[in-house]
Amino acid sequence: MSASEDTFSTLCQLLEPFNTAKIGLKPETDISADLNIDSVSVMDFVMEVEDHFNIDIPLNVLSETRSIADLVKVVEGRLAKV
Amino acid sequence: MTDLFDKHRTISERHERMLSLGANAVGLTNDRILSPTRAIIEGRETVLAGTNNYMGITFDPDCIAAGQEALDLYGTGTTGSRIANGSYAQHRELELELAQFLNRKHCIMFTTGYQANLGMLAGLAGPKDTIYLDADSHSSIYDGCTLSGAKLVRFRHNDASDLDKRLARSEDEGGRLVVVEGIYSMLGDRAPLADFVEVKKKHGFQLLVDEAHSFGVLGPNGRGLADEVGLEDDVDFVVGTFSKSIGAIGGFGAGNHPQFNMLRYASRPYMFTASPSPATVATSLAAIRKLKAEPQRRNRLRVNSTRLFDGFKSLGLALGCDSVSPIVAVNCPDEVSTIAMWNALLKAGVYVNIALPPGTPGKQCLLRCSVSAAHTFEDIDRIVSLFGEVVAQGHYRKAV
Repeated sequence: MSASEDTFSTLCQLLEPFNTAKIGLKPETDISADLNIDSVSVMDFVMEVEDHFNIDIPLNVLSETRSIADLVKVVEGRLAKV
Repeated sequence: MTDLFDKHRTISERHERMLSLGANAVGLTNDRILSPTRAIIEGRETVLAGTNNYMGITFDPDCIAAGQEALDLYGTGTTGSRIANGSYAQHRELELELAQFLNRKHCIMFTTGYQANLGMLAGLAGPKDTIYLDADSHSSIYDGCTLSGAKLVRFRHNDASDLDKRLARSEDEGGRLVVVEGIYSMLGDRAPLADFVEVKKKHGFQLLVDEAHSFGVLGPNGRGLADEVGLEDDVDFVVGTFSKSIGAIGGFGAGNHPQFNMLRYASRPYMFTASPSPATVATSLAAIRKLKAEPQRRNRLRVNSTRLFDGFKSLGLALGCDSVSPIVAVNCPDEVSTIAMWNALLKAGVYVNIALPPGTPGKQCLLRCSVSAAHTFEDIDRIVSLFGEVVAQGHYRKAV
């Protein structure tokens, strides 16, 4: 499994409590629109991601982050800086 | 062609669903306002318990007279911003007196409380800076942060150790501003300011406290949470509003920084909006003088808040927090039961706020009461009694 696949898998696990409709998660899944998650819950989910990876993901980044694949790139970018 | 309103479909559907359940909280109309605590709603005299009219000052004869005199002397409006049209002497007078009240060197008045946060945050922080904001911050704080262009880091609500952790792993190069609130508007809980001050001493940052719901309410001088806990010297900037304890409209930012007044030339929400109207400034100034001269209002508010808090506890209701403040929020099990209770209370003659996710912390469904110094004990007892009746009707089970 590649590093990106690992990150995707971890993000899917962290997303599960927010995925109340139990929709199948794919890299292209839109975190807010497809899972019908409101903006506050998206921020709460990102906090879980931050704590898991011990990184900061500024809120400013989220406006450009729609899909799980987008978030994988953000997480890996932040990890590369650590 | 994409209809620009398509993106709001989810909100529209939700609003329709609420209407179908009989709650039109957003569209509710007060047909007549009788006093700080009474209105005619849907033809019924209703006890108001959701107005944030903490001091019950909106019908104070001195405040009304001051507003009427200002209308006669200065007209209905200023017709422009202070940087374009100049200030009225009253703007300066209010800022000076409020600075004295707050024991701060400088104070700037904004046209609304919302703009006070926009103006202070966007004036203080810029794209090279980082703002650390509490997760449960009011929308005006989120919007002010966004307008600033600063890097935004959200920390867990009232969790100083979480802020500590985020500061420790940051690579910030610019300034750092931490934003908390004196009393949080939904649940009525206070920020643990002493804990945040400890983190400030460890990491070094500038601290802003939004005292919107605590100004006039907390502290021996009514200056807010920092006054209550004796930490005013550790707070760099204070923000507040005139639309709650002051019973008018407008807001302010205050601080001791020698460059504070630079914000008048750097803060777009201050620069590019019409200045507060003469009547608003006059009633606000009269109300500030009342806060100073009549501490009994603050004491009465505390007694009333405790009475409501204890009354709800005796009913076994789950409340938003364990500390007493003028905001007493009842945590309801779900959206449907919250709407049913809100409807039943309104029909029985008491108005409270209904607050539903995503506008609430932790997806809680809340019936939010705000207490006024103008409430009588009979009012408070009636509110408790009506909640008891609604509970007995089976609309409520204790939210866990």
